[in-house]
Amino acid sequence: MRKVAVIGAGMTLFRRRMMETGRELSFEATRMALDSAGMEMKEVEGVVMGSAPDAFDGVHMKGEYLLEGAGGINRPYTRVFVGGATGVFVPISAWWHVASGLFDTCLAVAEEKMSPFLPHPQYAFWTIFDHTLERPLGVNLLWIFSLEMRRYMEVHGIREEDIALVSVKNKGNALDHPCSQVAARITVDDVMKSEPICLPVKRLDVSPTSDGAAAVILASEDVAKKYTDEPVWIDGVGWNVDTQYWTNRDLYYPEYLEKAARMAYKMARIENPRKQLDFAEVYDPFDYKELHHLEGLLLAEKGKAAEMTKEGITQRDGDFPVNPSGGLLGVGNPIAAAGMMKVCEVFWQLRGEAGKRQVKKEVKRGLAQAWGDLLQIGTVITMRR
Amino acid sequence: MSVRIKDYPGREVAIEELKERYVAKEYKAVLRYAWSSGVAIGSFLDGLKRGIILGRRCNKCRRILVPPRMYCEQCFRKTDSWVRVKDTGEVKTFSISYVNVDASRRREPIIVAVVELDGASKDVGILHILGEVKPEKVRIGMHVKAVWKKEEERKGAITDILYFKPR
Repeated sequence: MRKVAVIGAGMTLFRRRMMETGRELSFEATRMALDSAGMEMKEVEGVVMGSAPDAFDGVHMKGEYLLEGAGGINRPYTRVFVGGATGVFVPISAWWHVASGLFDTCLAVAEEKMSPFLPHPQYAFWTIFDHTLERPLGVNLLWIFSLEMRRYMEVHGIREEDIALVSVKNKGNALDHPCSQVAARITVDDVMKSEPICLPVKRLDVSPTSDGAAAVILASEDVAKKYTDEPVWIDGVGWNVDTQYWTNRDLYYPEYLEKAARMAYKMARIENPRKQLDFAEVYDPFDYKELHHLEGLLLAEKGKAAEMTKEGITQRDGDFPVNPSGGLLGVGNPIAAAGMMKVCEVFWQLRGEAGKRQVKKEVKRGLAQAWGDLLQIGTVITMRR
Repeated sequence: MSVRIKDYPGREVAIEELKERYVAKEYKAVLRYAWSSGVAIGSFLDGLKRGIILGRRCNKCRRILVPPRMYCEQCFRKTDSWVRVKDTGEVKTFSISYVNVDASRRREPIIVAVVELDGASKDVGILHILGEVKPEKVRIGMHVKAVWKKEEERKGAITDILYFKPR
């Protein structure tokens, strides 16, 4: 397989409700990525688009609907969709377009506009559940997160206060992100006293619903060198899906994510991820998910991620910064675009362009991860300078 | 966002703008479906109507699957036989929900749980609701028993079990 570089990245503001249509958001993020790479759309050979359930928009064939804004006309264009994990699956898919030798350049763009759905985007998630066994019970996406959170806490004896530290950190980090939707300086007490939603999940344990888009440009080694002296290499990709019968698994640990991570680490020749990676952007739609994922990614021992957080290791100036962008909890969660935002952040961090968000230590290698469907899929990408 | 980029695109819509400028068209879809329950779940639902919970056994990995499947997803072969599991079990995890399906808020919470049924394999549970118990009394590992609808009111649906209560 050929070496593949990221040579440009772009994103829009993340907000609860944007004036721009999904096409317009896709265009803005793509145009910014092209400009940062010094490229024109005509130089891009293939396009991979990512967006989550069509139900948000009320537009079927969403891939086709978004086509123009995503620069997809008159070229090989694909939409991929793996639930919340889509954002990282889009660049993985674009990676194999180039690594295979089929294309020299490929655009990866992810967009989400959740706001059209009434009365609240959360309701759209009802349709992802089993129509015979789960929907009649009035199931809500928040239920399954809180069930997983409780199981994780029980098995390892972790307290809600320790988990809340993640929300405090990420919302704080997001204060330095110019696109962030819900950045804030908050305390553990604020999280603990916030509205009970689906206990143990409280209002400030959860990311918001958002509109937004993000994009990266990928190129083969020889082409990348024509455009930039600072390519960032994608050296590992992995993904893995477990059964949709999520009640038939012990939710305390994401086995599928460990498998996805091991796939990426093998490709990147990473034997000790905690030592060989310098920082990570892990999927944090809820605060406990950051901890759950750090363990699944083998970046923390089982049950030890909360301690790692408490010790400050995951702070931006810590030994292993996690979500220096501010994550979904701070920057926002336009589903597919949120995962892509993480890939953009790894790119900017590795190029030393993250400004106030730049992690303190020197970084050479980073990881971005997303997660989704019914607590069942992990997507992982590792990148290096 | 990169330090090389000074301007970032997008314009937020304020709540007060919603009606006048933002909503081009409000539309309510009425989509109707008739789903087949499937071979495995069809029998499972028949069982519920009779007041029993059915699983499928795979003779190769020896797991008993609830909800039942006609195939074993791990061995990737046909499952072998129907097994009646008990309507009692253990709370594997639970949540106290203050939200409805459309994210509107409830005054009184509903308690939801994954219940590992006695007679099914380890880690094999179903989603259901807990009743006759105060939220603060629920614990993981609590033993529970199904409370069924009256026989004549059962329809062959997951809601033929009203809820699980402590036993």
